[in-house]
Amino acid sequence: MANIRTISFDGVIVGGGGAGMRAALQLAQSGYKTAVISKVFPTRSHTVSAQGGITCAIASADPQDQWQWHMYDTVKGSDYIGDQEAIEYMCSVGPEAVFELDHMGMPFSRTEEGRIYQRPFGGQSKNFGEGGQAARTCAAADRTGHALLHTLYQGNLKNNTVFFNEWYATDIVKNQDGAVVGVMAICIETGEVVYVKSKATVFATGGAGRIYASTTNAHINTGDGVGMALRAGFPVQDIEMWQFHPTGIAGAGVLVTEGCRGEGGYLINKDGERFMERYAPNAKDLAGRDVVARSMTLEILEGRGCGPNGDHVYLKLDHLGEEVLESRLPGICELSRTFAHADPVKEPVPVVPTCHYMMGGIPTNVHGQALTVDANGNDQVIPGLYACGEVACVSVHGANRLGGNSLLDLVVFGRASGLFIEKALREGVEMRDASESDIEQASARLNRVNNSTGGEKVADLRTELQNVMQNHFGVFRRGDYMQEGIRKLADLRGRIENAHLEDKSSAYNTARIEALELHNLFEVAEATAIAAEERKESRGAHARDDFQERDDENWLCHSLYFPGEKRVAKRAVNFTPKTREAFAPKVRTY
Amino acid sequence: MGMVRAVTNFGRSGLSDWLVQRVTGVVLLAYFVVVGVYLFCEGSSLDYAQWSGFFSSTFMRVFSTAAVLSVVAHAWIGLWAVSTDYLTERLMGSTGNVLRLAFQAASAVVLFTYLVWGIQILWS
Amino acid sequence: MLKVSLYRYNPEVDQEPYMQDVELDTGGKDLMVLDVLELLKAKDPTLSYRRSCREGVCGSDGMNINGKNGLACVTPISEALKNGKGGNTLVLRPLPGLPVIRDLVIDMSLFYKQYEKIKPYLINDTPAPAIERLQSPEDREKLDGLYECILCACCSTACPSFWWNPDRFVGPSGLLQAYRFLADSRDTATEQRLSELDDPFSVFRCHGIQNCVNVCPKGLNPTKAIGHIRNMLLSRAS
Repeated sequence: MANIRTISFDGVIVGGGGAGMRAALQLAQSGYKTAVISKVFPTRSHTVSAQGGITCAIASADPQDQWQWHMYDTVKGSDYIGDQEAIEYMCSVGPEAVFELDHMGMPFSRTEEGRIYQRPFGGQSKNFGEGGQAARTCAAADRTGHALLHTLYQGNLKNNTVFFNEWYATDIVKNQDGAVVGVMAICIETGEVVYVKSKATVFATGGAGRIYASTTNAHINTGDGVGMALRAGFPVQDIEMWQFHPTGIAGAGVLVTEGCRGEGGYLINKDGERFMERYAPNAKDLAGRDVVARSMTLEILEGRGCGPNGDHVYLKLDHLGEEVLESRLPGICELSRTFAHADPVKEPVPVVPTCHYMMGGIPTNVHGQALTVDANGNDQVIPGLYACGEVACVSVHGANRLGGNSLLDLVVFGRASGLFIEKALREGVEMRDASESDIEQASARLNRVNNSTGGEKVADLRTELQNVMQNHFGVFRRGDYMQEGIRKLADLRGRIENAHLEDKSSAYNTARIEALELHNLFEVAEATAIAAEERKESRGAHARDDFQERDDENWLCHSLYFPGEKRVAKRAVNFTPKTREAFAPKVRTY
Repeated sequence: MGMVRAVTNFGRSGLSDWLVQRVTGVVLLAYFVVVGVYLFCEGSSLDYAQWSGFFSSTFMRVFSTAAVLSVVAHAWIGLWAVSTDYLTERLMGSTGNVLRLAFQAASAVVLFTYLVWGIQILWS
Repeated sequence: MLKVSLYRYNPEVDQEPYMQDVELDTGGKDLMVLDVLELLKAKDPTLSYRRSCREGVCGSDGMNINGKNGLACVTPISEALKNGKGGNTLVLRPLPGLPVIRDLVIDMSLFYKQYEKIKPYLINDTPAPAIERLQSPEDREKLDGLYECILCACCSTACPSFWWNPDRFVGPSGLLQAYRFLADSRDTATEQRLSELDDPFSVFRCHGIQNCVNVCPKGLNPTKAIGHIRNMLLSRAS
């Protein structure tokens, strides 16, 4: 392996989505030698699909708006296992980060006053839940993610960030001290494998929604960062918490934004009843996503679903009028016509809860430093490794993310990681070089795949995995059923590790990439399954038939999954924000 | 502002090339309309003396000169564009450069000849 | 059974590209072209193409479908067959005019280079305010039909002028973005941008053929934007 080329940078960001490019921008602006490794051209990352907006108290729609109200909503939305220090940081720094986006050129929609347009989203309130619905989600029509991602890519071009586009990071390289000193990466176009050495390795690899059969996520959301971290022996946090978005287009999985309901759309069952009035009398269709998704599932299970099979409900939008729909939700109209064959101007859109977002991930502090926990339960920074965006668990989303908070998470913590790394680099980072055997170890999996001679097909195994997750770890979960799922996964592990790569060619070999991605999908799936079975309560997105109540006595904590012994530990939730007292847990109603 | 972008180019910039093409196009259109209308009105009774007299008026001499200049400018810009589309190093390697320069030189010679010849006919 | 004709080329194996005929049972469903490719790839993993969002917003899977450039993920088979070429066979080729890396994957470097050339970022050297730079809804509306570009390259690779001069003609996609920044009330580099476009190639190789308008999967109109740029150059010169 001695002939592997080494490329060195001060900071390497793995992932070219919103979080990665925001971190890269910060570092590039500081003059440090920065590279982004992205398995797709950056503007093809999944951030591009975000629609509704970026939630932030910029006080445009309501001049009285306060970030503390946003913080309250986010803590409540997280079902109280979001870390309050991190949420405080995100909500208070948010406005600055959003204004920076505008200054970079992001084409936000505007109010008559020329300020950024904000729309209502689910789970938003004024005055700590006492002042009614707030409108806090900053939007660029219903293409906010697209506008954001392109703006960040453009900002990086302006600042001369080095891009390794269509390069794929395969595994973490650790030195003899266990510090992260870079990654192995493969150039998809040529097949060349290199060691990318770095003083700071930032994972911004996004989510892993493709572990489920039905998902709003792009094909590329295969949990590469989580997979790499778990293989390196690092823990992941709250990985059982998966958000099912209420409005995925039935059959296609494509998302239609919560902004549809923010603009006045609502859900109806087969009787035409606006059923959310029964489940959430105050917030109705703008209750937390977990609440709406469960209510929809119950409607369907109780026989009030729509369509010949009664397997979805309808999202009614036609009463908003063509003008509002075409100006505020043009992308939704397009998607609905293409994928649901329904024109929202005239007829309702068939929707069903669909896997959307991974609340859990690599635990980090507010600086993006990846964490583990020592034998005494104390947080330990993993030297050299950072994470931000969906792959990270700071944790600002806890057990349930509020709509519009993911884009804010991206820019705030991408930025925070960049700022911290800049400071760390200035103070000097000393890590021992990786030895040849360290690099060899990090290349082992790739070599195994390249040398595979038999085994099952990647596509078949992937489908089987996705079906297990869909059937055993969906919107509603039950102990015995999850245990059966875990057994099925145990059987799948060996088969997936030995999957067959028939095509050994070098040039743009997507089969090789898919084989490597499958390993990551599996790592995420297994961690999800074991952590979900372990958390014996219902909280946020984790709803169990056999433990229907929230159990603050035993489970007001993060779960921490350790891959080595497949063990789930508990980690305390942060209840010590810096500028105010913590929000104490209370019963969560909308 | 008006930096010369390519030595082989007739105009100062893409914009002036584009403008010259449009303006010369209009001149040529007007010229053919005038000649056409004259032909239509005089019809079959037209003889050489009339035809020659028509062209020897000062107005038609100036107008014809403008038309000749327009043909030359219009054709040069057009042929230059065609040559830089199809006769390029990208498409045929270094042969492209040789062919393109030869084509442009030939075009220039032909157009220059037309120009001198035309003016000679009109003003001698 | 759906007949599919696929452009295949693996530089390590094939001397030259060839068309491969395959059949696929679609179960009578009017699948999207990308779904067809996914089903084919499950059977033959060597088939290479790009894909990501599968909903027409990331711009990965631009390809030539029965003679017309488009996104595989939002083109149903029925619509593809209406494109004219190929009869009842679904014919999939890479986007034309740029080098093929493998199968349906093209080398887009020149396309991206043209995008970078127009300085695709806001330039405003005045100090930024503590909040956003204000912009009226009317000024913001000028960006509609421009900022939505997904860089799929369907337009530029359908443009004959771009085929001949991909290294010098910015192409419809890049010019649409050039105008996106010229039209932004927050951008102050209008003069610089225009002076950098005023050569015989960057803008003026557009001959108004309008293939770009015809194929854009987002319904955008680069020709119109190019017209606006030309008018700006004209009023700047006069």
